[in-house]
Amino acid sequence: MNLVKKAFLTFILVFLYAPIFVLIVYSFNESRSMAHWTGFSLQWYRALLQDTTIMSALLVTVSVAVVASLVSTVIGTFAAIGINVMTKKVRIAVEFITNIPVVNPDIVTGISLMLLFIFFRITLSYTTLLVSHITFCIPYVILSVMPKLSQMRDQTYEAALDLGATPLYAVYKVVLPEIKPGIMTGAILAFTLSLDDFVVSLFTRQGVQTLSTLIYSMARRGINPKINALSAMMFVAVLGLLLIVNLRTDRNS
Amino acid sequence: MRRRFFAYPYILWMLALILLPMAVIIFYAFTTGEAGGNRFTLSYIIKIFDMLNIRILLRSVWLSLLATAVCLVVAYPVAYILSRIPSRKTPFLYVLFVVPMWMNFLLRTYAWMILLDMNGLVNRFLVMLGFGRVQLMYNMSAVVFGMIYNFLPFMILPIYTMLLKIPAELVEAAQDLGADDGRVFWRVVFPLSLPGVVSGVTMVFIPGITTFAISRLLGGSQFMLFGDLIENQFILLQDWHFGSALSLMMMVLVFVCMAVSSGFDKETKGGALI
Repeated sequence: MNLVKKAFLTFILVFLYAPIFVLIVYSFNESRSMAHWTGFSLQWYRALLQDTTIMSALLVTVSVAVVASLVSTVIGTFAAIGINVMTKKVRIAVEFITNIPVVNPDIVTGISLMLLFIFFRITLSYTTLLVSHITFCIPYVILSVMPKLSQMRDQTYEAALDLGATPLYAVYKVVLPEIKPGIMTGAILAFTLSLDDFVVSLFTRQGVQTLSTLIYSMARRGINPKINALSAMMFVAVLGLLLIVNLRTDRNS
Repeated sequence: MRRRFFAYPYILWMLALILLPMAVIIFYAFTTGEAGGNRFTLSYIIKIFDMLNIRILLRSVWLSLLATAVCLVVAYPVAYILSRIPSRKTPFLYVLFVVPMWMNFLLRTYAWMILLDMNGLVNRFLVMLGFGRVQLMYNMSAVVFGMIYNFLPFMILPIYTMLLKIPAELVEAAQDLGADDGRVFWRVVFPLSLPGVVSGVTMVFIPGITTFAISRLLGGSQFMLFGDLIENQFILLQDWHFGSALSLMMMVLVFVCMAVSSGFDKETKGGALI
């Protein structure tokens, strides 16, 4: 690579990472203001960990992500197995509807769910948030599992049935092992999507906050060193997660 | 038990929570909420075409187009240089470019609030150079800037994926037939990478016209985008009927964009995220 190319790539990388690094550096600043560096301090991290609003938002975010990814993985996997053997007409219709949340802008998905709850006079709460997350996660699980299913030979399942397996047992023993990589991809995708979601959460909950909705309302009021500390921790968490996932796939391949 | 029964729980879920909500949006968009019950009306659809709302819509499209154009001009060379790195595995450098994609976009936007603040680093740098402080936030460029920063990796990713798919033999053949580097690029490489470009453009343009948090945080409340307009109807004004009409409009807009782009791009959909 010649110098010009190197300089160009470096410039773009600086553009991409500088804001994040400034934010992390200032999370260790003693002073509240961003104008001056007054000394190293962990006080914003302490304040962050003692902030019950942020901690409960963290709990909501993580618990929703765990439950939503588990539930959507189970429903989505079984759905994919079923859809795979449907007649062509039904299959096209189901796949079309499944694609709606994927194609729709988040804001429309969020609003449509919010209106549904309002229409049926269901109070927005943790439960509506969870149901909404499951709803937008399932399609991604189905889309991850379907390709694995179409690679699979159909006869193995039939053979298991002929040999006396019940359908559930046959799925468990024959189908699931074959499509496991797809299920794992779907589960991880669902987990990260739920964790990262802001727009759908904003519209489908009330009374509870997720980290994203909390950050939004805090940031709207201006700069807050606690958000810096939180960002720094989330950045490290994301990097860690990516590293783990990549190492896993490297070992598998 | 037949295997298709396994899909039935999902089918129920899908009908109740994907299809029905779409029907509810349409219902709200075409009925009036005034006393006297739900009557059919077109007034909310007509209200979308108010000068005020059309101006916001045009502004969203314009800002999003600007951001998309800048992203394309920057991302294409990046993707091209990265795709030339000889390596069997995904090069680490490429991973560096797409990692920011995995960070919560609110935090990425917030990071720029810190930099562009009146007391922020950029302003202090300007003061050091002898310029005065400048209000860098709360204007259109800040919003476009925020979009570019947030969406750049989404442009790099599909173009890179597409460039990698171009068989080396094609490039070699063109060279053997006497084409110089410029000709090889414009006649062979660039046309073959177009599906990646199209998918990158949709991956930046569509989030651009639907965003509301970026404009709210970096643009304040003066620079409303179409997304902000919708958010306002629901969060502030609780005007679900007009909000629904606007959402419907946005859906139509997005589906038109998708239809246009899917004409070009069949292969890169989804792509490898990392």
